[in-house]
Amino acid sequence: MKRVIKAAALAMTGALALTACSSAGGSDDDGQTIGIYGFAVPEAANDAIAAEFEKTDEGKDVKFSGSYGASGEQSRKVADTKGKDVDYVHFSLEGDVTRLVDAGLVAEDWNTGPNKGIVSSSVAVIAVEKGNPLGIKGWEDLTRDDVKVITADPASSGAARWNILALYTHALSLGDDDAKADEYLKDVFSNVTTWAASGREATESFKKGVGNVLITYENEAILAKQKGEELDYIVPDTTFLIENPGAVLEDADPVASDWLEFVLSDKGQTEFVEKGFRPVGGLDISGIEVDGANDPAAPFPAPSKKLYTIEELGGWKAVTAEWFGKDGVKLRFDNLYAEATKQ
Amino acid sequence: MTQALVTPPGPARTTSRPSGLFGLTPASRIGLGLALVWFSVLVLLPLAAVVGAAAAGGWGAFWGTLTDAQTFAALRLTVMEAAGVTVINAIIGTIVAWVLVRDQFFGKRILDVVIDIPFALPTIVAGLVLLSLYGPESPVGINIVNTRQGIFLALLFVTLPFVVRTVQPVLLELDADVEEAAASLGASRMTTFRRIILPSLVPAIAAGSSLGFARAISEFGSLVLISGNTPYQTEVASLKILKFIEGDNQAGAAAVAVLLLLVAVFTIVLLDLISRRVARRG
Amino acid sequence: MADTRQIRARKGPVTYVLRFFVITYLSVLVVWPLWEVTSRTFAPTERGAEGGFSAFLERLQDPSVSYAFGLTFTVAFWAVLINTVFGVGISLLITRYRFPGRRILSVLIDLPMSVSPVVVGLALVLAYSTGQGWFGGALESVGIFVIGTTPGLIMATAFVSLPLVIREIAPVLEEIGIDAEMAASSLGASGWQTFRRITLPSIKWAVIYGVVLSMARSLGEFGAVKIVSPGAEFRGETATILIQNRYTNYEEPTAYAAAFVLVLASVLALVVVSLIRKEES
Repeated sequence: MKRVIKAAALAMTGALALTACSSAGGSDDDGQTIGIYGFAVPEAANDAIAAEFEKTDEGKDVKFSGSYGASGEQSRKVADTKGKDVDYVHFSLEGDVTRLVDAGLVAEDWNTGPNKGIVSSSVAVIAVEKGNPLGIKGWEDLTRDDVKVITADPASSGAARWNILALYTHALSLGDDDAKADEYLKDVFSNVTTWAASGREATESFKKGVGNVLITYENEAILAKQKGEELDYIVPDTTFLIENPGAVLEDADPVASDWLEFVLSDKGQTEFVEKGFRPVGGLDISGIEVDGANDPAAPFPAPSKKLYTIEELGGWKAVTAEWFGKDGVKLRFDNLYAEATKQ
Repeated sequence: MTQALVTPPGPARTTSRPSGLFGLTPASRIGLGLALVWFSVLVLLPLAAVVGAAAAGGWGAFWGTLTDAQTFAALRLTVMEAAGVTVINAIIGTIVAWVLVRDQFFGKRILDVVIDIPFALPTIVAGLVLLSLYGPESPVGINIVNTRQGIFLALLFVTLPFVVRTVQPVLLELDADVEEAAASLGASRMTTFRRIILPSLVPAIAAGSSLGFARAISEFGSLVLISGNTPYQTEVASLKILKFIEGDNQAGAAAVAVLLLLVAVFTIVLLDLISRRVARRG
Repeated sequence: MADTRQIRARKGPVTYVLRFFVITYLSVLVVWPLWEVTSRTFAPTERGAEGGFSAFLERLQDPSVSYAFGLTFTVAFWAVLINTVFGVGISLLITRYRFPGRRILSVLIDLPMSVSPVVVGLALVLAYSTGQGWFGGALESVGIFVIGTTPGLIMATAFVSLPLVIREIAPVLEEIGIDAEMAASSLGASGWQTFRRITLPSIKWAVIYGVVLSMARSLGEFGAVKIVSPGAEFRGETATILIQNRYTNYEEPTAYAAAFVLVLASVLALVVVSLIRKEES
């Protein structure tokens, strides 16, 4: 018996030592790995683009390593590690890139190109249970008593901030003044059952049956349907154009710039479109079937009344300063949220 | 057969015979120095950094974070759930230990191993394990996701071994003569248990319960997939800290963390006191 | 003595009720959920797809999955190695030597076990991250990066499993006393000789036991590691982080497969522990 145990212990130690050596060698960073830090939802699309990029001359032998999560947290992690091993960032909000500009990690002129730093875009939509048993038609239905809303939490998630603005601009489109808009927002907030940490975690909660209405990105809803999830989504009369920035870090491997160029090329954007994102730039999407969209042949309907953009609200800097506090400072959103969720 | 993963508080720390100990030799001085440096680098300095971050904003900011309605609700929920779980564990854990020691039946040894599984299992896997039976695709039609019951169940799961493993060895070593004497004097089994056995188990139950309580207060991994983070409803302290970290509010995260640290320190001091009392008595 | 056994072994209805209750409780809480995970691990993912063992193996052979397990083992290996050396050393110190602060140290040693893993991660970030840690800047200037790298993962893992080895060795050292060691040193043995010939053989099983426990704990650490790791495929994604990432990214079968491996590892650790216990007694 003793011998058996000894042998087993020896074998175990040996095996451990071996794996230790082999993987320690493998984790070394060679120059041809593009480290991506992204917000929660574009992983599938970036993986697909990466697969295409690897077929090009620039992308041959390039490896990818992607980290995805709540946008604000991802941005903080990059700033925290001073961009070590990170080459390319793809965040939900401009402010998350601005933080890296302030930290001296991303060039000041990152958003001066023709695409203004935006690499992917989508719109805010309402996802519902398959067949839409509640008969949800638009944002106004979210105040109903039988509705249990799931959204990401603006404290950590960029997706959530887009959602809030979509709700707010809906109120504006009805001609509401600020006080009335605030009332509407509070009504919706009091119906929220889950404030998830990220856009992806919100989808996850919806899948687990925690609520019956999910505010999310159009592409996230399409991806969920592609993955066989039982849900439908509605593009409401008015909605908000979501624009996600991407940038290459200053001390990144040169191949990262080729990668960004490829992401913005027609080929790269086609991959985005196939995963449910709306194209950035002048890509002609006729002929691309988007599996999982409500109408695969015409996947991206314009909202029937109006598509709001962040420019109309004065840009992210102004919006953040008015709505979303940090470090415990409470601004407009935080106050509405506190009032609406108070017990 | 005997206790495995949870070492009960006991003679783990030396309390007696300082006269028999060596004075520090040159070699042991170096060893002690190295050990202290490593312990400081790994544990003490980082924990001090947490306290520092919480204190950086001043007492007002610290207090403000903790008394914020939502944070306070999360803390209260955490304490209530942990307390509830601790009470259940104190009772059921003792019963389980009793059955494992006093009963004989086929499959008992398997049960004995089962007790330790929650402790050996990675916490995220524990969450996944519970979700597979009590989650959205539950074959028994129970969905505990984002409910307080779900958090309760997860905490029951991860704290299962604590009381069992501290009570079991004490029960094994109980002197049979006393029970026999009580029985021969006409005491019923219930009386014997209540008057003779239970009192000697109390320190062990207390020790196991405080270990379990500390664990329940700080539990994180198994709740990640189960709790839905709904403010006032299912948000617990550790997930609140994560939310603060993700929301870039380090001071808030540190404030809640300091509170959890205090609970941890309080628990180990309590355990130390219990073990010394037991040691003195024995 | 026979009487006693009879008294204790007397089986009334209460005995059976308790037995039934305990079996049911443990089944519902632990056994059944575990069984469910196992069956999902080997279930075909969709209708017509192949399930069973080969599909399970295939999921594990994905390069990012093998990287995650490789990294997990590397981290656990170093964390356990460090904890063992440190644990044996500090156990000897607090059971064999007299110095000021000994009692405080012996109490503080237990602290890491009761600290929430999230707090552990936060603490390491606040102390050592390049951007905002107390010592981040100083470490950066000498080219050391702790947070977001493998050393950071090792530190987080070593932190949470720190007391496990000590908790096993210290009681044994206490129990065997110092007579034999005293005798050896009075016969002229050096400190090292005494340790190797006298002390080490008597704590051998406790050390092995502590190592197995630390190993099990280290392989499964999640919370602390999650905070300090970049969590990216091929960069800091350990097995437990992989499980969470895959589970939330529509790859539940892979999550279940990886989870099953960790379940196996922890059950294996338990079996080894119970074998050692038997060997010891």
